[in-house]
Amino acid sequence: MPMLEMRQVTKVYRTDLLETHALREFGLEVEKGEFVAVTGPSGSGKTTFLNVAGLLESFDTGTYRLDGEDVGRLGDDARSRVRNHKIGFIFQSFNLIPDLDVFDNVDVPLRYRRMAATERRERITAALDLVGLGSRMKHLPSQLSGGQQQRVAIARALAGDPALLLADEPTGNLDSLMARQVMDLLEQINGMGATIIMVTHDPELARRAHRNVQVIDGQITDFKPYEPSHVAARIDAPAYA
Amino acid sequence: MFAYDLRLALLSMKRHPGLAALMVLAVALGIAVCTVTFTIYHAMSTNPIKWKSDNLYAVTVDSWDSKEPADDDQPEMPPPQLTYRDAVALQESDVPARSAIMFKSDAVVDSARKGTKPFRAILRVTTADFFGLFDVPFLYGSGWTDAADQGPDPVVVLSRESNDKAFGGENSVGRTVRLGDQEFRVVGVLDDWSPSPKFYDLNNGSFGDAEDAYIPFRWGDVNELQSIGNSNCWKSEVIESAQDFRNSECVWIQMWVELANVKDRDRYQAFVDNYVRAQKASGRLQRPLNNRLFDVDQWLDFNRVVKRDNRVLIGIALLFLAVCLVNVVGLLLAKFLNGAALTGLRRALGASRGDILRQHLAEVLIVGLAGGALGLLLAWGGLAGIRAVYEGNHDTYENLTRMDLTVVLVTLGLSLVAGLAAGIYPAWRIGRTAPAVYLKSQ
Repeated sequence: MPMLEMRQVTKVYRTDLLETHALREFGLEVEKGEFVAVTGPSGSGKTTFLNVAGLLESFDTGTYRLDGEDVGRLGDDARSRVRNHKIGFIFQSFNLIPDLDVFDNVDVPLRYRRMAATERRERITAALDLVGLGSRMKHLPSQLSGGQQQRVAIARALAGDPALLLADEPTGNLDSLMARQVMDLLEQINGMGATIIMVTHDPELARRAHRNVQVIDGQITDFKPYEPSHVAARIDAPAYA
Repeated sequence: MFAYDLRLALLSMKRHPGLAALMVLAVALGIAVCTVTFTIYHAMSTNPIKWKSDNLYAVTVDSWDSKEPADDDQPEMPPPQLTYRDAVALQESDVPARSAIMFKSDAVVDSARKGTKPFRAILRVTTADFFGLFDVPFLYGSGWTDAADQGPDPVVVLSRESNDKAFGGENSVGRTVRLGDQEFRVVGVLDDWSPSPKFYDLNNGSFGDAEDAYIPFRWGDVNELQSIGNSNCWKSEVIESAQDFRNSECVWIQMWVELANVKDRDRYQAFVDNYVRAQKASGRLQRPLNNRLFDVDQWLDFNRVVKRDNRVLIGIALLFLAVCLVNVVGLLLAKFLNGAALTGLRRALGASRGDILRQHLAEVLIVGLAGGALGLLLAWGGLAGIRAVYEGNHDTYENLTRMDLTVVLVTLGLSLVAGLAAGIYPAWRIGRTAPAVYLKSQ
């Protein structure tokens, strides 16, 4: 059973003056444990796809199954519940809450799950240890580097043990060193069984995923400029070697 | 979860302390104005003996001029007091469980105690049932008996304050004081008692203090005591002596009865009507039959203790509070929408609309309660200011500007309701924002 299964999903933004077809009969399947990179030019629909996948936005037609459950027509409360239990978000701009310390930031999604304090503490500690920030629990986001903040955001996404991680340009605001560190972490997490869908512009990062999908004009296309690194290596080998 | 919501609310207020202070102040001003107005209104309109409301009645007889009513503003109403002879006659009925006739006078009180100066005291000249009728509490001793009324025995009941002045607060039962030229034996000392409004005698202002001393009614005759309360006369009569005054058609006596049930009320009404008919036959009381028994609420209403202006003031105060709250709605809306990105993030992390509503209502609750607390403080200051301004007339304004537990509880309740009224729309509105709209992804 795929982790994510979208079929013929359409999303249209309508204003008084125009209609924008952000997703057109969009279809994608992601298996459990896969690491998929989603690429495409600006305005292609990548962010819309991520928002729909993360149940942050509804869609107009089509079907969407997440971890075997049809989540296409859920009410708002049910969508909140699914987001809280099954989806972890990692944003480009980290989106940490500035006046909460690291511990409390990671705690946020667990609070909405009405989890007991002891369990919350255990999960937070484990998540922060995994990302290497176990000793920074009382720090505020402003006291951390960009890379550290993104690792806190990853810990926050992981603490609830989600079925699916959605990462939107997770290294977009980081320098190359920090970006590599974050990608190493994501690979490690994927290696532990997490399903990750990552939107990125960076070809190097896209190659580190198991699979690349290209979105153009709201649709998945066959054109794949960023082949995964294990495939790209074969293609790039000189013909005479 | 509520503790967590409160913590988030406090953090949110800490993020914008100036805005939070402005909102609290806006609520506080509205609450303060309402509290001051309500305190005065409450003091004016409260029935101070509500537990006996169904049984206590002021007795009135329309003994006025046949050509015109006693009060042009209320032409259908009888005069609020009785003539001396009518009061004494109506006192004879055995229908009421208790009855008292009374008037206000004054005298100089001298306890002859070393170091104590004589002082002027306001007297209530009344029959014995006064104390039982109005559940007057005693610190020492008790009232006098019916037999003492008939004597009349030279007995006196002192107020606590008078007892403090005359005897240093000691148990003075059995000791004597001189009232004017006459010695009286103390039979009782009242505990603190000052009903507000002073319902049993509204003739010289509704909110004065209770009297300093109480003596049997017949001493009014014996010592020819003059009334210092209201006296109203419609008839041109020759009044050259105290006895002439007692025989006149001037109204100056207050009368109250206690009637056990509706049946007794009807019986007593019939008694009064029959008495008046008999008087009509003798040439008196020529106005149409209009004898009324007023219970305490009706009595306060009849005497217009709470004036229309006071009711209007309550409305104006509430309007002012509404204006303050509209401002708070605007401020809250701006503040919450300014935090929409954070709200979008929480929604992305799994907060439901209900979670968001609850979190923001926690902040609204804090604003409301803080505004209420500050408003109470401002109101207390305002009431103290009113007392200071009217210090000369301190009896009335002291009684009207006292904040009691009812006012405090109503204020806190009002501040909660006001806070919720101001905050419910902004809290609901922020929860309706689509999570994706404010989340910056690229």
